[in-house]
Amino acid sequence: MLGRLRHMLIKEFLQVLRDKRTRFVLIFPPMIQMLIFGYAANLEIKHVPTAVVDYDNTQASRDLISRFAASRYFDVRRLSADQRQIPLLIDRGDATLAIQINAGFARLLGKGETAPIQVIVDASSSNTALIGLGYINEVAGNFAQDFQGSRLQRVAPLILSGIPRVLLDRRPWYNVDISDRWFFIPGVIGNLIMVIVVNLTAFAVVREREIGTLEQIMVTPIRRVEFILGKTVPFFLIGLFDAILVSAFGTLWFGVPLRGSIGVLALGTILFLMCVLAIGLFISTVSRTQQQAMVTAFFFIMPAIIFSGFGSPISSMPEALQWLTYLNPLRYFQEVLRSVYLKGSGLDALWQEMAAMALLSIIMLTISVLRFQKSLD
Amino acid sequence: MKLHRLAAIAIKEVLQIVRDARSVGIVVAMPVAMMLVFGYGISLDVKHMPVYVFDREGSQQSQDLLKHFQASEYFDVKKAVNNYPALVRALDNGICRLAIVVPHDFSLKLNAGRQVSIQALIDATDSNTANIAIAYSQAVIQAYSQRVQVDWIRRHGQKEIKPPISVEARTWFNEGLESMPNIVPGVVVIVMAVIGVFLTALTIAREWERGTMEQLISTPVTELELMLGKLAPYFVIGMLDTCLCAGFGILWFGVPFRGSWNVFFISSALFLIVVLSLGYFFSVVAKSQLAASQISLFATFLPAFLLSGFLFPIDQMPVAIQAVTYFVPARYYMEIIRNSFLKGSPITILLNELLALAFLSCLLVFVATRIFKKKLT
Repeated sequence: MLGRLRHMLIKEFLQVLRDKRTRFVLIFPPMIQMLIFGYAANLEIKHVPTAVVDYDNTQASRDLISRFAASRYFDVRRLSADQRQIPLLIDRGDATLAIQINAGFARLLGKGETAPIQVIVDASSSNTALIGLGYINEVAGNFAQDFQGSRLQRVAPLILSGIPRVLLDRRPWYNVDISDRWFFIPGVIGNLIMVIVVNLTAFAVVREREIGTLEQIMVTPIRRVEFILGKTVPFFLIGLFDAILVSAFGTLWFGVPLRGSIGVLALGTILFLMCVLAIGLFISTVSRTQQQAMVTAFFFIMPAIIFSGFGSPISSMPEALQWLTYLNPLRYFQEVLRSVYLKGSGLDALWQEMAAMALLSIIMLTISVLRFQKSLD
Repeated sequence: MKLHRLAAIAIKEVLQIVRDARSVGIVVAMPVAMMLVFGYGISLDVKHMPVYVFDREGSQQSQDLLKHFQASEYFDVKKAVNNYPALVRALDNGICRLAIVVPHDFSLKLNAGRQVSIQALIDATDSNTANIAIAYSQAVIQAYSQRVQVDWIRRHGQKEIKPPISVEARTWFNEGLESMPNIVPGVVVIVMAVIGVFLTALTIAREWERGTMEQLISTPVTELELMLGKLAPYFVIGMLDTCLCAGFGILWFGVPFRGSWNVFFISSALFLIVVLSLGYFFSVVAKSQLAASQISLFATFLPAFLLSGFLFPIDQMPVAIQAVTYFVPARYYMEIIRNSFLKGSPITILLNELLALAFLSCLLVFVATRIFKKKLT
């Protein structure tokens, strides 16, 4: 048994590694994806192009504007007092925010009334708009606070000596700089392993079937278990290799910290690999040609990535879909990756995810192997 | 160029598509499936974020503050705990993403007219969600702080003070600041990019793989006729899919369409030509279905997803990557489509993007015809 299995494994490895194209696919696309994600995947908003129209042109209004200009969140462009330019600027995308201070701003402030600031937000990019608006409120809030302070200083200095104020003491944990890179890079590892292993496994069997070599193998004394092991173990190892490659890349190149134990990460990776091997095998049983395998794999992988919490939080999805994500092994692996990398979590925090992946892998492997055996008949 | 030869090729291609049930499925099911997956799966909105609170004081005032968090639709206060380790555990295990700690001397300090800080421990592994959560918490705290101050001043016998400024924000193009109207038009672009890849790369490479391309070459058909004849049916299918996607976005997801349909169709046609020519180009170069599909997926899908401004704003990327995006056709198409759906700006504003697309499509068609000629000799 071991002898036959060994030959099968050697054959599979040779087949994968002798093909220049496959060798290429195993190394370069993962690296390039890491690079693009590391540098381009950025939801952080700085230097929002902002148009300012100041109809008041007093010291108070200029003070407020200079606060916006001083913030690194805004790229302030002063306009020569004409609000009609605003729609054009926003249409062209030259400005995402527009702040307009109407005449009488300083007068209202002086009278102790509430002075409005008009803000126009181009919300066609909702995230930028949301974050930009948050910054505006913050700057305006600080201005209001300081103004209130100096006003009270004048009218009632005694009160000011003790005015209550509630502040927010923000403490971002695990990712102190709130870096998008730290968020995306561990996630990319999960996606890459899934894409590579599902595709390799699915194609390996379908190619034999398409070329006709599957029949040749079936007439050898090889047993089904050995055949299935021969078709999965190499990709398991290759998946592991790619996992090490991209994690090393993420840590060494992008400096994403690996705070947890490598053992926990390895356990999660192995469980996840079992799941994706099962998916790959399953796809090979429903596809006759490589083309079909490719399309089917795409249909599995794309939703799996989107509904894994990779790019956007699961808690923001419709509830019915949130339930569906429990069937998605990538969901658990993403949680494991990010927790181990950034939080340094151990098994005590991640045992549920591990158990879920173990359970899923057993169920999916059973289904796939049964179906696979049937398809060999 | 003879029209009847071109038509003959086109008819052959149409028959080939129609008689293959799976490709008909791809043509219809894929756009719809992708619209659903992306439309529901990608949401950058933060709502009902799980929050734990730790009220170290337990006074009426501290409870009052926490009620403000409870009242916000962005937060979902799951549990009040009475010790710090429980908070840490919940954050570590990912049960809550935000923890609010009210200090033990909260009301004491406020009533003494002093500053007091509310701690917000944020799980910043998901950087974007963390940023938004901070902005929302800031808004809650700021509003509360202002109220406390107004109360204080009144109690000290001053006449009622109004808040000095108010930000009157108007959000244009997407009044609810939701990410759905932002995402859905973008999905049209992604779907088009993928469809183009699947359609051309697979079916043209098939001709090479099965050896029927040589038969075609031996007929009097010219390179240009062959290419146009092959691409024409897919162009029609692609346009139908564009309509399908747009209709789905408008009717199912309720995204408005404010621009001109002429611009929409012209830009879609140009983008399709770009994608189809790219697929054609790769299938000529690779000559195998597998390689062609992998390369084109890598060369069109990934850039359309990452470098087009779909999720990640281009102006926030490093300058080198920004330069790369000028070569990504999806970038221009994305701008036009978003504009057409949400902004409805006049065509003059989109002229640059349209010209860039037109230029790229001419260039790619030219390159595609050239490369094929070389392979013939």
